[in-house]
Amino acid sequence: MKGAEAMMKALKAENVKVLFGYPGGQLLPFYDALYHTDFVHILTRHEQAAAHAADGYARASGDVGVCVATSGPGATNLVTGVATAHADSSPVVALTGQVPTRLIGNDAFQEIDALGIFMQITKHNFQIQDTSEIPKIFRKAFEIAKTGRPGAVHIDLPKDVQDSELDLEKYPIPADINLQGYKPTTFGHPLQIKKAVEIIQNSKRPVIIAGGGVQIANASLELIKLSEFVKIPVCTTLMGKGAFPEEHPLALGLVGMHGTKASNYSVYESDVLIAIGCRFSDRITGDLSSFAPHAKIIHIDIDPAEIGKNVRVDIPIVGDAKAILKDILTHILKKQPINKNEWMENVKKLQKESLPIMDFDNKPVKPQRLIKEMMLALRELDPSLKNTIITTDVGQNQMWMAHYFQSSAPKSFISSGGQGTMGFGFPSAIGAKIARPDASVISVTGDGGFLMNSQELATISEYQIPIVIAIFDNRTLGMVYQWQNLYYGKRQCAVHLGNTPDFVKLAESYGVDALRIESPEDIKESFKTALKSGKPYLLDIIIDPTEALHMVPPGGTMTNILFPERQEPTPKPTCFNDMKKILNLKV
Amino acid sequence: MEHKHIISVLVLHRPGVLQRISGLFTRRWFNISSITVGSTENPEIARMTIVVNGDDNVLEQVIKQLNKLVEVVKVTDLNSSKSVQRELCLVKVYAPTEDSKSQVIQYVNIFRGKIIDLSTETLTVEITGDEQKVNAFLDLVRPMGIKEIARTGLTALMRGSKILKSNKA
Repeated sequence: MKGAEAMMKALKAENVKVLFGYPGGQLLPFYDALYHTDFVHILTRHEQAAAHAADGYARASGDVGVCVATSGPGATNLVTGVATAHADSSPVVALTGQVPTRLIGNDAFQEIDALGIFMQITKHNFQIQDTSEIPKIFRKAFEIAKTGRPGAVHIDLPKDVQDSELDLEKYPIPADINLQGYKPTTFGHPLQIKKAVEIIQNSKRPVIIAGGGVQIANASLELIKLSEFVKIPVCTTLMGKGAFPEEHPLALGLVGMHGTKASNYSVYESDVLIAIGCRFSDRITGDLSSFAPHAKIIHIDIDPAEIGKNVRVDIPIVGDAKAILKDILTHILKKQPINKNEWMENVKKLQKESLPIMDFDNKPVKPQRLIKEMMLALRELDPSLKNTIITTDVGQNQMWMAHYFQSSAPKSFISSGGQGTMGFGFPSAIGAKIARPDASVISVTGDGGFLMNSQELATISEYQIPIVIAIFDNRTLGMVYQWQNLYYGKRQCAVHLGNTPDFVKLAESYGVDALRIESPEDIKESFKTALKSGKPYLLDIIIDPTEALHMVPPGGTMTNILFPERQEPTPKPTCFNDMKKILNLKV
Repeated sequence: MEHKHIISVLVLHRPGVLQRISGLFTRRWFNISSITVGSTENPEIARMTIVVNGDDNVLEQVIKQLNKLVEVVKVTDLNSSKSVQRELCLVKVYAPTEDSKSQVIQYVNIFRGKIIDLSTETLTVEITGDEQKVNAFLDLVRPMGIKEIARTGLTALMRGSKILKSNKA
């Protein structure tokens, strides 16, 4: 059979069902082989969206997401999406076409060093140089993507490799693959676990930080058990959101730069900090010398390189979060935890002080009210919110959602953390909906981020993918403008989107139903209409552009939370180039 | 405290591995002072000897990050055990007179080096040893005039019968 057919067999063997991609000249054999299969292929309108969709698929399902792009510009368009997936440990396999092997290195048409480009933004990558390598390399790629700390893996597929003949009996798809240099640790060291148990057992003011690793390891149940039994409040990182139900009495909410008072103060005051599957990013710790200054730190992570990278750790435990939490539980459930009434009272007080005010009647709508109404609508259709998936874009919309939206199920809040990729939210929602067709999927996005991949309206329209796009429309790049106001003497430079398109008309021109919402009273019903329609739907919600989000200044102490004053956008943008000005440039 | 660390890395002997490793060093701002690569007793495996400057935290990260690479089979800090280290240096010394030539030859004998090429104006010397020995020799001939130097960077092995074995096999 042809190499490309073997690739289809290999994908099938990996239990792949969906591909997100965009064909091109160097992928003709691949797409021809695809023609004869029953894979679902989603043709996105831009390769970047294909990568984000594969990423959204992976995050919502826990399976590997696959995206495909042709050589040269196709491959480079994938880069942002692949880097985004990898930064958040999402298992994505990216396939790129490549010029035939005899042309590699000759600067052929649409040739690019994809191997070199993807090398630094993936867990590992391959270039298949001979058709006989296909079965092994595909097996390896999927194995690497989904085991240990998951991540992005890239395979470069020269056109002649897709086209040449391969005897699959001589080179079968291996069931088991031995990768000599790759042996992730799964089980935690028993001695370290014993030490951790002792410290947790004797802690008076323990706190857990749950990161994305908890979701990836499906360790939520174990986390809840540990938290409830020992009485440990839990805060989550952006990636960990949903790993611990946020309506739970021990939930503290988001931690870090945009974190809740409850989370940040509890971490500061803790005597034992248990970090699970989190990499202590600068967005979580701020100034390292004032981060959890009194705490013994237990760090559980499957990636040994994360331990001690940013924060000093007293008890490192390398392994899978679920396996380790299970081990900890077996020991700890035999013991009687010490009384923590005082700590619990303190936590309750902090939780009360962190309760957000969301009942604003303002017009334009305040984001807090918007989120409240949205949750009300969602709860009417899905009371536990366990069958609702939110994907966010990046910026204020993301942080408002992280802060005010109560997630209660793992893998239900999908957001670009590590890279903070604008344009991620909408296409990742497409992937999430395809992974979980039974779930209500809402793409929360800012107007800026939506415009970065708005062409995907064509995709959802074409396939009638029923997701709801909720644009938090403030006609500015809100987060940048907030920072400019805070740290750059209120000089607002290049953050006004000015004439954003009429999103309702834009959606309609793609054949997507849409509504504009300007009053808080209309939000709930509009969401219900959109969700019940069973069709792709866009809601353009005009929000107050002056609304800012509390934050800790970068590198600051996490208990010094800043509440920025409301700032009107400058009536006359300070950095504006109209065509006349451009014509007057004497170049 | 900044230290010089000698790290021995066994990698799969494949094209592109060096790029992966050097890319890692660039990306993470590890300060690399030399890197040598060559084949080993096992044709599938190559050994890289990497000299890195940095404090203990940097060393820990270098080792951990190297270990994450799929093609890396084993990483060891050779400072933690006794090791033998050698570097090969070729140096072309300006020696236009008989006197200066015989002086160089004398130095070469003391340092157990070799003269490997000769011209009317220059002598090319091969010298092996640890970094200090090579530096000492170069300091000695520098006043005479060094025309050209080629150094390989350090390569090293653990002393005694211990060997590096893959811990991931």
